[in-house]
Amino acid sequence: MLFFFGQIGSFTLRQLSEMGRIFLFLLSAFALAFRPPAKLRLIVYHLKTIGVDSLSVVLLSGFFTGMVMGFQGYYSLRKFNAESWLGSAAALSLLRELGPVLAAFMVTGRTGSAMAAELGTMRATEQIDALYSMAIHPVKYLVSPRIIASLIAMPLLTAIFDVVGIFGAYLIGVGLLGVSSGSYFAGMENSVVFQDVFSGFVKSVSFGLIITWVCCYKGFNAPPMATGVSRATTESVVLSFVLVLVWDYFLTSIML
Amino acid sequence: MIRVVDLHKSFGKQQVLRGVNLEFVTGKITTIVGTSGCGKTVLLKHLNALLLPDRGEILIDGVDITKLNQRELYEIRGRFGVLFQGAALLDSMTIFDNVAFPLREKTDLNETEIKKKVDERIEQVGLEGMGYKFPAELSGGMRKRAGLARALVTDPQIVLFDEPTTGLDPILAASIHQLIARTQRTFGFTGVVVSHTIPQVFDISDYVAILANGVIAEAKPSNEFRASKNPIVQQFIRGETEGPIQVL
Repeated sequence: MLFFFGQIGSFTLRQLSEMGRIFLFLLSAFALAFRPPAKLRLIVYHLKTIGVDSLSVVLLSGFFTGMVMGFQGYYSLRKFNAESWLGSAAALSLLRELGPVLAAFMVTGRTGSAMAAELGTMRATEQIDALYSMAIHPVKYLVSPRIIASLIAMPLLTAIFDVVGIFGAYLIGVGLLGVSSGSYFAGMENSVVFQDVFSGFVKSVSFGLIITWVCCYKGFNAPPMATGVSRATTESVVLSFVLVLVWDYFLTSIML
Repeated sequence: MIRVVDLHKSFGKQQVLRGVNLEFVTGKITTIVGTSGCGKTVLLKHLNALLLPDRGEILIDGVDITKLNQRELYEIRGRFGVLFQGAALLDSMTIFDNVAFPLREKTDLNETEIKKKVDERIEQVGLEGMGYKFPAELSGGMRKRAGLARALVTDPQIVLFDEPTTGLDPILAASIHQLIARTQRTFGFTGVVVSHTIPQVFDISDYVAILANGVIAEAKPSNEFRASKNPIVQQFIRGETEGPIQVL
């Protein structure tokens, strides 16, 4: 019995110390981001890797998500003779929920996993030690620019996802299923308020932070071997997905 | 002068260093030899505080670096150059950019001055014309040379070499050894080499120390080291499995 409680206690302590390390990692990344010299060139480079390089997958997934919403929304609303509200339903779902969450999932899969693998490989091949030995803080050089870039790129990607999704739903609803174009946009205009756009923006910024934070932490602290890198990559993606959904619940409950 | 005093380091339950005492003479090359996994690299990584000891002191010109704060540690690290076992070049950059990297990050030199200095170091290690290549496009020996160029580009006072010839054929290994000796004569840095490539490494070393069972078993000038009667030294030089060195 004593052994059982000992194991629980030891597990709890390990988890708490891991959480402490994760938070300290984020704090040091933020603190170093504001310490000169600014790494503007690196921030621009990571804006490209996180933002521009994720654009195609965000466009594609946004478009198909919108088209599915067009079909599903039309099918559900027709039961209540409310097809004209399709624009409103699609816009609200995308702006408040689907846009930020699905764009975050796409960025996690496209860029977050690559971040974890890249930093893990740098750890395994002593490149991170090399930075320390050259008196260059690896968190400032490798992590802070990625976090700043993701805070900028994620809301933009989410906005693109939303617009393309609304267009996809329009194509299906108006172009294929015969909903009137005027009622599609009028419904959207009547029901979408600033708070809906703002909540999507807040979610996208916080999801960007979660993804970069988790993926950089996992990669940065990967055990220096091939299996360590692969495990860090898997863990970073799974943990990012879970944390995005959990944080989404809390934000939704606060901002609804 | 670097002085290591009563250095202890464990990883979990494994005790790697059990009270290492050693001095590195300024302007000379000291080589630490020992069996694979005996803790040579762990000892080396303590010298520029990449690892911190559980107990003991590392004195650089009388300053115990284990007691320094982060900012002071970064200043101390600026005095070091390190050639890592696998060269540890940043694989997203060309060789030129790798060598230029510490200058761009840590100095106020303009690009013209940086180019002049980087070209000079690249030529000194015999890689002229290779600056545009990426690390993945080079052989193991060339990567080590590029790593050496990067380690020397800031004119460090102390250069650490972690197994500089591991994985290289005997001819390439000899050329790297010659390169280390030549650059040390040119720049006059204090060199610390971790290696188990004997007897070749004796030729470039002023002093040799052997790490066995977590302590320095013998440390002598290179020519005296070979003639040492210490059974640990003799077992290592002869490559015998039976003897005082515990073989796992």
